[in-house]
Amino acid sequence: MNLELRELYQTMIIDHGRKPRNFHKMDNATHVLEGFNPLCGDKLTLYLNVNNNTIKEVSFEGSGCAISMASASLMSEHLREKKVADAEKVFHDFHELVTNDDANINMDELGKLTVLAGVKEFPARVKCATLAWHTLHSALHGEHEPITTE
Amino acid sequence: MDAVIDYDVTRIKQDFPILNQQVHGHPLAYLDNAATTQKPNCVLKAIDYYYQHDNSNVHRGVHALSERATKSYEAARHKVQEFVNAKHVEEIIFVRGTTEAINLVANSYGRSNLNAGDSVLISTLEHHSNIIPWQMVCEQTGASLKVIPINDAGEINLEAFEKLLTDEVKILAVGHASNAIGTVNPIKFMINKAHEKNIPVLIDGAQAAPHIAIDVQDLDCDFYALSGHKMYGPTGIGILYGKKALLETMLPYQGGGEMISRVTFEKSTYNKIPHKFEAGTPNIAGAIGLHAAIDYLQSVGLDNIAEHEHELLIYATEAMSSIPELRIIGTAKEKIGVVSFILGDIHAHDVGTILDHHGVAIRAGHHCAMPLMDRFEVPATVRASFGLYNTREEIDRLVDALNDVRRMFA
Ligand SMILES: Cc1ncc(COP(=O)(O)O)c(C=O)c1O
Repeated sequence: MNLELRELYQTMIIDHGRKPRNFHKMDNATHVLEGFNPLCGDKLTLYLNVNNNTIKEVSFEGSGCAISMASASLMSEHLREKKVADAEKVFHDFHELVTNDDANINMDELGKLTVLAGVKEFPARVKCATLAWHTLHSALHGEHEPITTE
Repeated sequence: MDAVIDYDVTRIKQDFPILNQQVHGHPLAYLDNAATTQKPNCVLKAIDYYYQHDNSNVHRGVHALSERATKSYEAARHKVQEFVNAKHVEEIIFVRGTTEAINLVANSYGRSNLNAGDSVLISTLEHHSNIIPWQMVCEQTGASLKVIPINDAGEINLEAFEKLLTDEVKILAVGHASNAIGTVNPIKFMINKAHEKNIPVLIDGAQAAPHIAIDVQDLDCDFYALSGHKMYGPTGIGILYGKKALLETMLPYQGGGEMISRVTFEKSTYNKIPHKFEAGTPNIAGAIGLHAAIDYLQSVGLDNIAEHEHELLIYATEAMSSIPELRIIGTAKEKIGVVSFILGDIHAHDVGTILDHHGVAIRAGHHCAMPLMDRFEVPATVRASFGLYNTREEIDRLVDALNDVRRMFA
């Protein structure tokens, strides 16, 4: 089996892709936003509960490839109890992680999210990995219209 | 059967230099022919020769190069006429591709002939390019879009079709073969039924042209659209065939050079067909490349190609049916060499990425047929589509790679 491919489809990604965590609607959400990847047909609805500038809870629903589902699932775990400003920093660092070979980022802070670093070698799949994050970014900026990755 | 035995796919493959390469360490198995086909040497050479020797504008120079360019361009038109068996050469209009051909008819014929209360009839199988242009013209004219349903095999429901063929229908626009799931439609029957009610018919032949011999006179269709790049020719060139009598009554789609006979600031008179519909400098090299592609198709023989690809289809369908949890979408009795499928709950894009790393090029997605995906309640499929240079060995590699995908996601 090809190494790059193994790196992309690590056990954790396949696990989160198949059994995404926090995969449900949220009744007390303060932010709700839809994100689409028109090229692939990946779609998700992101729910946030933000209180006092802190993300209390993140959940999502939708369908897509293993990469997009795993990315959303890992994001939902990572952001719980994060300050909004810190979440924005993670958004930036995550984007660097999956697009930039010489990214100047603190890998420890990204924790489990680093399993998605292999996406870098697959330019066609970067949009799958970043869909949830772009949706998050727009939701935190108060957008209501569905966003697309195109 | 003899034809298949004589069919020398190894030699044919050598005509396509691009196929001789490694992708991610494996020989390329190009199974994405419904998206676009590769080009044989003779097409590459014809284009190169044109730019090296004859490049010039057409129909407007008195010098030698322009005369040669014009001659080659018009020779290509004659070649296409012969290829689709049109009665008159001026029934062949060069366009950018199937998409432009359909937009031309929708805008020119559609806008003049559609009114509120009228309808355009299409099928569930259509490519977006045979949906959106009609939707747009319906919005402008107040006409409505009606859709013929299909059965679970992906075949047009002919009973429903006949019921939908009411007096309100002003044009029937239907694909010859489906790019997404391979169904070949009974277009001759449908054209007959439509003509009984004096309804003109446009056939989207983008997928049929490289696989099925086309005879527009025998079909008696009013319009037939095709794309050069799907039939081993270059991108950016396609054909709209239209019946002369109809084309002559239609207004131009675009204005500009070439399409007029006399211009004053008060009024201009339009050129005759086909030039009326070819505003601006055309894709001359594209037309010349298409000519060479048709020569190539004819030298291999469309019947031989159809037989070879049908054999691959049967082989692939059987081999893939043995893969657990693989569900083929589109099981029509009449199909071109297209196998569209889903693999358990593994998303098509994950399958596509992994196959790519085995050197197997397929398409994953909605295939520009979102309503059809909705009909089968799938977000996307994986599609392997065969061309004249594909082999059983490449299908074996596809199957092996699919088993690898399953192991990876197990
Ligand atoms: C059935 C069908 N119709 C129309 C088209 C559009 O062709 P083009 O993109 O060459 O204009 C395609 C190809 O994409 C097709 O498969």
